[in-house]
Amino acid sequence: MSLLEIENLSLDIGDMPILKDVELSVAPGEIMGLVGESGSGKSMTALTVMRLLPHAARATGRVAFDGIDILSASEDQMCALRGDDIGMVFQEPMTALNPVKTIGEQVAEGIRWHTKATRAQAEERARKMLDRVGLPSAKFPLSRYPHELSGGQRQRVVIAIACALKPKLLIADEPTTALDVVLQAQILDLLRDLVTENRMGLLLISHDLAVVTEMADRITILRHGEVMEAGDTARTLSAQLHPYTRQLAQASMHVPARPKTHLAGAAKPLLEVEGATRDYSGRRTSLFKRAPDIRAVDDVSLSIAPGQSVALVGRSGCGKSTLARMILALDRPTSGTIRFRGETVTGKSEAHLKPARRDMQVVFQDPYGSFDPRQKVEKLVAEPLHVLDKNPTRAERRERVAQALHEVGLGPRDLDKYPHEFSGGQRQRLSIARAIITRPKLVVADEPVSALDVSIRAQILDLFAELNQKLGIAYLFITHDLTVARAITDEVLVMHEGKIVERGKTSEVLDHPQSEAAQALVTAAPDLHRAMARRMQEQG
Amino acid sequence: MTTYLLKRLAIAFATLVLASIVVFAVLEILPGDPARLMLGMNASTDQVELLRNQMGLNAPLVLRYLHWAGGLLSLDFGRSYTYSVPVIDLVRERLAVSLPLALIALALSTVIAIPVGLFSASRRGRAGDTISMGAAQLGVAVPNFWFALMLIYVFAVWLRLVPAGGFPGWGAGAWPALKSLLLPAVALALPQAAILARVTRSALIEVLNEDYIRTARAKGLPYRAVLWRHALRNAMIPVLTILGLQFAFLLAGTIIIENVFYLPGLGRLVFQAITQRDLIVVESVVMLLVAAVIAVNLLVDLSYAAVDPRLRGRR
Amino acid sequence: MTLHLEIPEETFAAILAKAFRNTAFVTGFVITLLILAMALASYVWTPYDVTKLVISDKTQGPTLAHWFGTDHFGRDILSMIMVGARNSIAVALVAVGIGMGVGVPLGAFAAARGGLVDEALMRINDLVFAFPALLSAIMITAIFGPGAINAIIAIGIFNIPVFARVARAGALAIWPREFILAARAAGKGKTQITIEHVLPNIATLLLVQGTIQFALGILAEAGLSYLGLGAQPPMPSWGRMLFDAQTRMTVAPWMAIFPGMAIVITVLGLNLLGDGIADILDPKSRRQR
Repeated sequence: MSLLEIENLSLDIGDMPILKDVELSVAPGEIMGLVGESGSGKSMTALTVMRLLPHAARATGRVAFDGIDILSASEDQMCALRGDDIGMVFQEPMTALNPVKTIGEQVAEGIRWHTKATRAQAEERARKMLDRVGLPSAKFPLSRYPHELSGGQRQRVVIAIACALKPKLLIADEPTTALDVVLQAQILDLLRDLVTENRMGLLLISHDLAVVTEMADRITILRHGEVMEAGDTARTLSAQLHPYTRQLAQASMHVPARPKTHLAGAAKPLLEVEGATRDYSGRRTSLFKRAPDIRAVDDVSLSIAPGQSVALVGRSGCGKSTLARMILALDRPTSGTIRFRGETVTGKSEAHLKPARRDMQVVFQDPYGSFDPRQKVEKLVAEPLHVLDKNPTRAERRERVAQALHEVGLGPRDLDKYPHEFSGGQRQRLSIARAIITRPKLVVADEPVSALDVSIRAQILDLFAELNQKLGIAYLFITHDLTVARAITDEVLVMHEGKIVERGKTSEVLDHPQSEAAQALVTAAPDLHRAMARRMQEQG
Repeated sequence: MTTYLLKRLAIAFATLVLASIVVFAVLEILPGDPARLMLGMNASTDQVELLRNQMGLNAPLVLRYLHWAGGLLSLDFGRSYTYSVPVIDLVRERLAVSLPLALIALALSTVIAIPVGLFSASRRGRAGDTISMGAAQLGVAVPNFWFALMLIYVFAVWLRLVPAGGFPGWGAGAWPALKSLLLPAVALALPQAAILARVTRSALIEVLNEDYIRTARAKGLPYRAVLWRHALRNAMIPVLTILGLQFAFLLAGTIIIENVFYLPGLGRLVFQAITQRDLIVVESVVMLLVAAVIAVNLLVDLSYAAVDPRLRGRR
Repeated sequence: MTLHLEIPEETFAAILAKAFRNTAFVTGFVITLLILAMALASYVWTPYDVTKLVISDKTQGPTLAHWFGTDHFGRDILSMIMVGARNSIAVALVAVGIGMGVGVPLGAFAAARGGLVDEALMRINDLVFAFPALLSAIMITAIFGPGAINAIIAIGIFNIPVFARVARAGALAIWPREFILAARAAGKGKTQITIEHVLPNIATLLLVQGTIQFALGILAEAGLSYLGLGAQPPMPSWGRMLFDAQTRMTVAPWMAIFPGMAIVITVLGLNLLGDGIADILDPKSRRQR
């Protein structure tokens, strides 16, 4: 008997169809993975089960939980279910907790509400639950506030709230997407343990096929609000009967063709970083005292040869973005020097930086935030032309922008559009067009594909590879995603707590990591090949 | 916590000192010689000069400022040129009217606005919300002195329930005195209440869109419980900010309202003092009002820390 | 007081279409337009000459000849309201201009520079905020003498910190965005970035604040001229008309009712307009629909 059964579920918000005839079930003790790209309706499915949909939403079909018809249940009945029999964990741990209440209050609140326990009893249960999710009382008393915890710790609190009353069903909507791979692995382990301990059903929602394959017994693949394929995880993914399943799986493992890989050593280095260090002054603890300085980047040295593609990998907060900003001369190192094409960049005025800026461009992570919404593509992509010695005429400028757009696979018609008229993948192409318009020698890309859906991401990686071949641009890829590093780089640098702890050929470092930090990253990284192999083995 | 408190205190004090310099400087450039004003046009230059020396008007600027500022600190505000009594006595007498008026108005505005804001936010988009926000929109547009005139017309001229103006003094008993403050307080409070209700509603709605509200709903709390337990406290910060700003509005509002109702309050005192060039009174009252505004803003800053734990550890 | 800084990503035509479906915006827009038209019309035509005193017609109630009645000098109230609108609008509009012209560059500069410059500018702002605005306006007009020009200056000065604060808060929310970083990577300086990227993106925010300050300016001007510190007779002004009405409330209540309603309707119209603009351009409200 299934715990949760969804049949023929259709959902409209206003006039917009969101879901169509969705079928899904979760049995007690089972992990059901719900996979789909953005806009596929996976979060809305979860909110339908919780009945926390926006006001304009209309759902039809049947959603049964433990014999209760969810769609026709009264609000009082739903309140009794939520937090007691059904718990939910959300994507964004930084904002999921009330900033003005202690973690103890927030965990105990649901317990008191549902069980009518006294405050002391509820706090005792909250304490046990926090211990269980890995927040021991010595370091994390009930009186802590959310802002005193890190993202991973906050997500543990959210899990404690959701699981405090041992729910029969837990819904986890992208619970690890906002966390780095090491934290992701820890949180996934925790969820798996909670499932086995309490014979809890888990509906795990994710865009990441590898994560779901590692976790789920069965999977359901959703696209544009419709179920494409559903079934046993190992069988579904090995057979890949449905074309969309195949497409997703292939895109997840995509490696761009790179006929000629570049090796360092021969030519004179393009970029040299020597002993770069960046300190941030500590927060003031009282009127006269400051906390000691925080060293974000600690004595880092590296070099990149022309045309070489290098990955800088590390956990979030390891200092990789700070290092990138220093290389781009957007931030000054506290000490150390950065040389680009043999010339020192550090400490130069903006006017003297112009020649360096021409040959060094950047691609950012967020395809939505990296364009001024008030300007047209022509002006946006042309922005780096500002560093040319001679300002191009309007016609020249248009010509060069059109050329750059052509190189990234966009047409001249896109010149007069605003950024909001493009999809996420197209915007990332615009971002690349902007980066290559000055014909730079080096492009620094800060998590350039991590905000994209897998199929789009495969295309963008191909584009990066192509431009590397065609224009001989060197890359510094900053990423926490090892599959990206593996796909597109020759060399990898592993950064940990401000230091570079390991470096070498990408395949060597990722296959045989030496340092502890690199080993942690490699073991934690979800890998579709490995996950599928393990699944197959388990089932024999 | 202590750092935050100390920093706020230091800023408040610095603002007060700067404000006193500004007030002093502004009044220095005011045209008109107070000694000449006191003695009248027929007095001889010698007489005026003698009085100027007596009043200390011929001392160097910095000395005069220090003397005045020192006086302020010891509550010795000097003597009024026109009333020939110590300013402190005038202020004390007038404060007995203005302070109760401002406090009643502030209390009235808060007591009306917060429940209306809560009601509106909890019924967002429904008839109750539309009606109360429509009324608030109208309330914001009404000038308080015109509203006062209308109140006088209805309640004093037509219904004869309360006096149209004047103040019998607290000596005449608490009730008659309060009765004559009632209309002025309502006239001051309602437009402010309209603003505050709108702010309360929009702050609540903003907070209700936050992720942690969804977390609380997923815990099984009904909507109303979420509103009270989670949304209200988080929405208090913008509401407190506006409350602090409104205090300054109310103080200034008393100037006009006291004129409408012929109330012998601070506002009327300072207004008359300006037209009569009674500088020492103007300086003292303005400084007093500014000090009150700064003190209230300090209180608001401190209450932020009480509401929001993130401020306690920092700065 | 809450700022919505997610930037609307729509074409002008789409925004316009939405504007005409927004009740608050349409109502506010129509009212504002009517009041402006009334003020402009008064230059060429009013039902009666407001400078001519017709004592025989004094304090008449509303009639067909005098829709809103006459005042104690026999002047037509409707005509006076029309002419008074000029004064109110001119004072409030120029005061908004002063506030924006000085406040926005200051706020944008403070946000761009940060650090000590920012701190100092904001402390000066706090200082101005510590003075109850009306009280200071009274002091300023008392120093320079009463009159429309001085009322403008007095109200304008107190608009400066308001716009500085809004511009700074808006700019601070724009600066950490990635497109600013991209512009810096393209070698653009802070001033150029402020002009090219920051100001266009906070323009709508400033527009909304502009309508609010416009409405507040109308109220402040009415207050000042009620106290006799605004435009001087014989130039009619709404506040002055209310002052004249006060002592005649028992015999001629219309002298107070109609000018007051003129103020209420104007302010209401401007506030609705501001609410409407904020509503249309606020992506959060869009998500609801």
